[in-house]
Amino acid sequence: MSDDLQDLYQEVILDHNKRPRNRGRLDHATCDAEGYNPLCGDHVHVYLQVEDGRVTDIRFEGSGCAISTASASMMTESVKGKTLEEAKELFRNFHAFVTRDKVETDLGNGLGKLEVFSGVCQYPARVKCATLAWHTVQAALENRTDTVSTE
Amino acid sequence: MSTIVTAMESTHGHTERASYDVQCIRADFPILSRRVNGKPLVYLDNAATTQKPLAVIDAIGRYYRQDNANIHRGVHELSVRATEAYEAARTRVQGFLGAARPEEIIFVRGATEGINLVAQSYGRPRLQPGDEVLITTMEHHSNIVPWQMLCEQTGARLRVVPISDAGEIDLDEYAALLGPRTRIVAVTHVSNALGTMNPVWAMIDLAHRQGAVVLVDGAQAVPHLSVDVAKLDCDFYVFSGHKIYGPTGVGVLYGRKELLDAMPPYQGGGDMIRSVTLEKTTYGDVPYKFEAGTPNISGGIGLAAALEYVQRIGLDAIAAWEYDLLAYATAALAAMPQVRILGTAREKASVLSFVVEGVHPHDVGTILDREGIAVRAGHHCAQPVMQRFGVSATARASFGLYNARDEVDALVAAVRRVIEVFN
Repeated sequence: MSDDLQDLYQEVILDHNKRPRNRGRLDHATCDAEGYNPLCGDHVHVYLQVEDGRVTDIRFEGSGCAISTASASMMTESVKGKTLEEAKELFRNFHAFVTRDKVETDLGNGLGKLEVFSGVCQYPARVKCATLAWHTVQAALENRTDTVSTE
Repeated sequence: MSTIVTAMESTHGHTERASYDVQCIRADFPILSRRVNGKPLVYLDNAATTQKPLAVIDAIGRYYRQDNANIHRGVHELSVRATEAYEAARTRVQGFLGAARPEEIIFVRGATEGINLVAQSYGRPRLQPGDEVLITTMEHHSNIVPWQMLCEQTGARLRVVPISDAGEIDLDEYAALLGPRTRIVAVTHVSNALGTMNPVWAMIDLAHRQGAVVLVDGAQAVPHLSVDVAKLDCDFYVFSGHKIYGPTGVGVLYGRKELLDAMPPYQGGGDMIRSVTLEKTTYGDVPYKFEAGTPNISGGIGLAAALEYVQRIGLDAIAAWEYDLLAYATAALAAMPQVRILGTAREKASVLSFVVEGVHPHDVGTILDREGIAVRAGHHCAQPVMQRFGVSATARASFGLYNARDEVDALVAAVRRVIEVFN
């Protein structure tokens, strides 16, 4: 695999694509939202259980490419246990990270495992795949009822 | 598949392949020599848009450098020259489609606008509640949405011909859906998502027996096969310039003259009138009553250059060449157990739609792109086709007159890499 292709499809991403974590419906969800990318048909539904300002459980359903599936899977892992404020800050950092200019290399600090998405910024056509689940969880936390669209 | 290739070679003959100088043709397309991601460009997204030969690029450049002026009004030399070139383009299209008269050729922005024009100008004043418009499951959104809008506006009912697992229309099912209430049949000549070549001649004949008019969407057909609207006996035929090696923003609506004469204008404005007072306007004759405003003059001229280019090579030679490529690619991809081909009609043109087991088409598209190979990944503006086959998207390789077997080899090697990455 060429280097930047390996950057995009890192082992961790391929693994989360094959075996997504926290997949399925959450029956006792306190909030949820749907996200849709009309350009490629990627679709995600995020369910959260929020207690005392903290995400105690989170799951997702949906179908999409490897980047969007892995991103949704890893998003649920990262957000689980976080306070709402921490979750929102994580989204802001992640969004800045995958849309950054190539020269800004130090933005990834603090994202931990999510830094495997570092290759995405080289593929402008794929940034929306990586951020769909994050936009959707954001909408769920803000209690928005309309379907989130990347367009 | 190998038997089909042999049959093709024996009917079209090896001479066809031998005389088809693809390297010489490729040299006419400057963009084909560029590299993408460090690899030679392998352009297999021709169903989305085609690349342009020097003949087209130069015709547009020449027009702007030497003859640019507005048409149909000026008395000065440049306006006369621009008008002559634009009307010569109309005559070129007329000959290309086998239309009886140049007035039957309306310049539009593309196939989409041609279909909307017919829906609004032919359909809307005529359709009554309970009337029916018949389309098929394999239509591009541009041949679905304008009819849905028309049905909403008039109370007419949209009916849909199903397609088989191979992606074909069953003529008996089609005939059963035609009835005395069918006013308009709108069908694609070649499917952009599946490559199916529809039996439009038979479909038109059956529709006419019920008194319905037929619009054929030829956007994916004209670059790949010789079309004669008189022989087809169709009422309306549309295509887009950019899919046949011409510029974007120009397309053609062919309409039977007596139908066009009876239709009201689609848009009002300059160039489409005979006289205007503040109380009343009388419209010009066809084709001008459908061409309000300054048209895409350079686009028309570029399109004419493209059609001349295609005619010089010959559509029969192009069809035979592309058929060989499609058969070669189909055989190679079909041999991979992880690949499923969508659209296995007996009669196909140019399009190879496929999915790789366990891999989303977007990921296929990205990996192919890294190899310099341009394909389309998505629903191809034909979501009902995707729904019919139970997929959200496919990867689609589509061939043009400049593609060659070594590019198919590159495609096949890249699909192997996709399978490796996602094993």
